[in-house]
Amino acid sequence: MVDIIRSIEREQMRGDIPDFRAGDTVRALVKVVEGNRERTQAFEGVVIRRRSGGINENFTIRRISANGVGVERTFPIHSPRLERIEVVRYGKVRRAKLYYLRGLTGRAARIKERRPKGMLTRKQLAQQAAQQAATAPVVTMEPAAEE
Amino acid sequence: MIEGLLGKKLGMTQIFDEQGETVPVTVLQVGPCVVTQVLTAERNGYRAVQLGFGHKKRLNEPEKGHLKASGAQSRFLREMKIVDDADEYAVGQTLDAGLFAVGEVVDVTGTSKGKGFTGVVKRHGFRGGPKTHGQSDRLRAPGSIGATSTPGRVFKGQRMAGRSGADRITVQNLKVVRVDPERNVLLVQGSVPGPNEGLLLVRKAIKARQRAAAGARRAR
Repeated sequence: MVDIIRSIEREQMRGDIPDFRAGDTVRALVKVVEGNRERTQAFEGVVIRRRSGGINENFTIRRISANGVGVERTFPIHSPRLERIEVVRYGKVRRAKLYYLRGLTGRAARIKERRPKGMLTRKQLAQQAAQQAATAPVVTMEPAAEE
Repeated sequence: MIEGLLGKKLGMTQIFDEQGETVPVTVLQVGPCVVTQVLTAERNGYRAVQLGFGHKKRLNEPEKGHLKASGAQSRFLREMKIVDDADEYAVGQTLDAGLFAVGEVVDVTGTSKGKGFTGVVKRHGFRGGPKTHGQSDRLRAPGSIGATSTPGRVFKGQRMAGRSGADRITVQNLKVVRVDPERNVLLVQGSVPGPNEGLLLVRKAIKARQRAAAGARRAR
């Protein structure tokens, strides 16, 4: 009987979620409805947590706004309001929930970069891009899929 | 038309609506229900249909006799009123969740979860006593239960600790978010009484029905 609930949930889940975790920097493209027109707004920052599972799974992005105030937004991962989630940078952290970042600012709040298995470094990517620039003018910055 | 159907609670989850908002929903299995008896105004004094829901492995002899005409082997038997004359019901007929439509409101009746022996704070929502200011043993106490020698007794109906839960509870005006007549599944917004797998009576909302009836009268 739980199967029925599972199947209802599965219908709503999306398959286009990139692999990311706490510590990664992501850009969430949020659909905003203004009157009767719709546009996309980006919210970029560090993922400080990913919690729950299934259709209820959600994540929180923290960024420091232009006036130096920390802003956090939480999204359901499978929300249809999210047009896309892009991973900007992979971060290396030793905790699943980065609540400690709330007490830190500036240089102290930096996160070391992590290189997922099979992925090229930024330097290598840049080199590759430079090489390809001569032959193929369009270069995507999409990270290679993890094995 | 019949007032409602029997069903059971499968559990809760959430879905996204067209605006992308999260909606908390309860998943109900409603039907298939078998008509096991038709009650008429002439014979019974009121018009209703007895419905069977679920499956019972072994029936005793009286049950066998009662269900013979319908061929059902139902675990639960409950009556549902007939609210207008639009349809005729026959013994043995099967009814499914197609009775309900998306956007409609329903009342859901069930037996709430039993809580056992509970104190007055949980059972009746009493405030309890203060935690500090020199108090001891007062945090969840009921306070005074009456005056002194006049009347010299505690009034009947004084709310005290005791067994709570396992009551018949009706939640009114739950919105139907989705109907799946193939699987006999209904999604309603909000929570319903009782544990998962608990028996429920799902009826078309009485208040909406009364409003519709009043509107029809005024039109005439």
